[in-house]
Amino acid sequence: MRTVLFIIQKEFLQIFRNKGMLPIIFLVPIVQLLILVNAATFEMKNIKVSVVDLDLSSSSRKLVSKFEGSPFYKIVQTTFSYDQAMDYMQKNKVDVIIRIPNGFERDLVKENHAKVQFAINAINQAVAGLSSAYCSSILIDFNRELLQDWLSPSQLSEIKNIQTDYSYWYNPKLNYKTYMVPGILVLLVTIIGLLLSGMNIVREKEIGTIEQINVTPIRKIQFIAGKLAPFWIIALFELAFGLTIGKLVFDIPTVGSLWLIFLSGGVYLFVILSVGLLISTITNTQQQAMLVSFFFMVVFILMSGLFTSIESMPDWAQKIDRLNPLMYFIRIMRMVLLKGSAFADISRDLYSLGIFAVIMSSLAVRRYRKVA
Amino acid sequence: MKRFLGFVIKEFYHIFRDFRTLLILFGIPAIQLLLFGYVITNEIKDARIAILDQSKDEVTRRISEKVLSSGYFILDRNLSSYKEIEQVFRQGNVKLVLIFGEDFSKNLDKTGNARVQIIGDASDPNTANILVNYIQGILSNYLVSLNAETVPMQIVPEVRMIYNGQMKGVYMFVPGLMAMLLMLISALMTSLSITREKELGTMELLLASPLKPFQIIIGKVFPYVFLAFIDACIIIILGNLVFGVPVVGSVGLLLLESFLFICMALSLGILISTITSSQQIAMMLSLVALMLPTILLSGFIFPVENMPLVLQWFCQIIPPKYFITIIKSIMLQGNGFRYIATETCIMAGFTLLFIFISVKKFKVRLD
Repeated sequence: MRTVLFIIQKEFLQIFRNKGMLPIIFLVPIVQLLILVNAATFEMKNIKVSVVDLDLSSSSRKLVSKFEGSPFYKIVQTTFSYDQAMDYMQKNKVDVIIRIPNGFERDLVKENHAKVQFAINAINQAVAGLSSAYCSSILIDFNRELLQDWLSPSQLSEIKNIQTDYSYWYNPKLNYKTYMVPGILVLLVTIIGLLLSGMNIVREKEIGTIEQINVTPIRKIQFIAGKLAPFWIIALFELAFGLTIGKLVFDIPTVGSLWLIFLSGGVYLFVILSVGLLISTITNTQQQAMLVSFFFMVVFILMSGLFTSIESMPDWAQKIDRLNPLMYFIRIMRMVLLKGSAFADISRDLYSLGIFAVIMSSLAVRRYRKVA
Repeated sequence: MKRFLGFVIKEFYHIFRDFRTLLILFGIPAIQLLLFGYVITNEIKDARIAILDQSKDEVTRRISEKVLSSGYFILDRNLSSYKEIEQVFRQGNVKLVLIFGEDFSKNLDKTGNARVQIIGDASDPNTANILVNYIQGILSNYLVSLNAETVPMQIVPEVRMIYNGQMKGVYMFVPGLMAMLLMLISALMTSLSITREKELGTMELLLASPLKPFQIIIGKVFPYVFLAFIDACIIIILGNLVFGVPVVGSVGLLLLESFLFICMALSLGILISTITSSQQIAMMLSLVALMLPTILLSGFIFPVENMPLVLQWFCQIIPPKYFITIIKSIMLQGNGFRYIATETCIMAGFTLLFIFISVKKFKVRLD
């Protein structure tokens, strides 16, 4: 035990002596949290619209003013030429073109049937889908108002209607930040933890100091434990720090138990740091270690459900994803912090993390060779 | 010149001898592209929902059927009381609860007013919003078909999706992936390879050799230009062959712009290596200060227009943002140089700026 303490002491000394690393470990993640959380939003507003109103009737004008009044849309161009509107889209100056054909009102009154065309820039398919849904719902609203203006009450009463109310639980205002803070926090803690541990042993290899350690009577498990502990403490500290900032700056809810968060966090970091040390023992240069960690990190992050939803992934990918520790911890964080899920709700995720922790740390100890 | 060539050859040896690194360098683009094409998608389908049907009549059954056969939703379970809602949300699988009011079809026929309540689990606000929108769309379609004969004056939207008619998510990711990988190889790898020489002490040997400092730097970055360029080609070709992402515009222009971006990233890598002394710091700096902004602030995943204004200004100094705009413009919109001249100039400006600072900061002596 004393040996381990000495290694821990050595590691701490090395970390705190490195003036270049300190701000990177402590300051950068916080700045990142502040910036990234604001950046990571799918909330849509100011969709740029070009209106081509070829009808210029009172109905078409009313429809255009409906779009003007909507918080999602901003009309940036009004023109009579579809080609001109297309040119604007080509230059990325507009996202949606609304074209109201000539004879819109006439068709509506005489043939009971009229068309409005929407051309949507679909390079970002998610934004395009939502924007088309908003367009349709504005149109439906408009249609309903139109009927009320034109029809007699007896005609109106024949129309069947379904009244829909909707409510959003846990986040009634659809504030995207509360959703992103826990996820991004996991991301930052992971990056710092994986890189610190991943570059650590390999650095000693590259510089040559590993041989000095190898000739001492330090046992393998002591060595790994001594390397792991300092980063574990630092990363946990960062998690706490990040949560505080999230609470103070973004006012994220902490519905569930914080103890549960830190318990899961502790287990999770054990997994990540073990993976890092494992990478460190199987690579020879820091560049290699960096590339390997980067590779795994990107795959883990992309499949973690941080930015995109896991349920929409194909089945086989969801099965593979069960090997992704990030997925579990992000789920736990979001469920506990935002919805107040209790131990029973997250126990399966937590046990999975525990199994990973055991496997990864024993692998790291086994793979570390005391011979050069 | 001969000396310089010799040096470049040495650098190539360094890279090609390290088989693992090479494997990763060429494996990363392929695997990530496959991931983005097949796995990662921001469209939502198969979301699990629960239904609380208080009338259980023919109409509600038909609506439920319509909802479940839309491809967006899977029935997780049927609920029997309001109390269960909280519980299923907490367990985390169900994203949305659909509630039909009592006497649904009777109300629909008699008063023309039946009630549906939709509750979304907005701990994931984006998904909740989209799902609620989907359900509302399905409901209003159903209503239109119900009222088709009785109601006059229907306005029908005709939606056309431009540039991406099949609504494939991968269209959005290919440009971003190119930016990210070129940034990784060019900026990250270069900065590491130069600081490595510093850390191992071999930089001193190089500086003492008859090679001029700028020759050393050019020689170091040259192989990475080559590697990055190959990676760019891999992404374009794979994207086209496997996922059918087109190159509507000119391929030559696309490659030229990629080359400019590679130069920009390399000069950034050189800049990082001149101001740092250890690989660890260089790496952390590149990763934290370059990679994350490249992923998050460049319009790769999250549209820049939706961000707060201050952040939008900040995005203007993220070089990959311009590159992504350029690639989208050439590849997907088929635009010519005229449309992307501004972005190209800005990237060239960044390159010159980074080179200028590096030259100022470069020290011929080690301390």
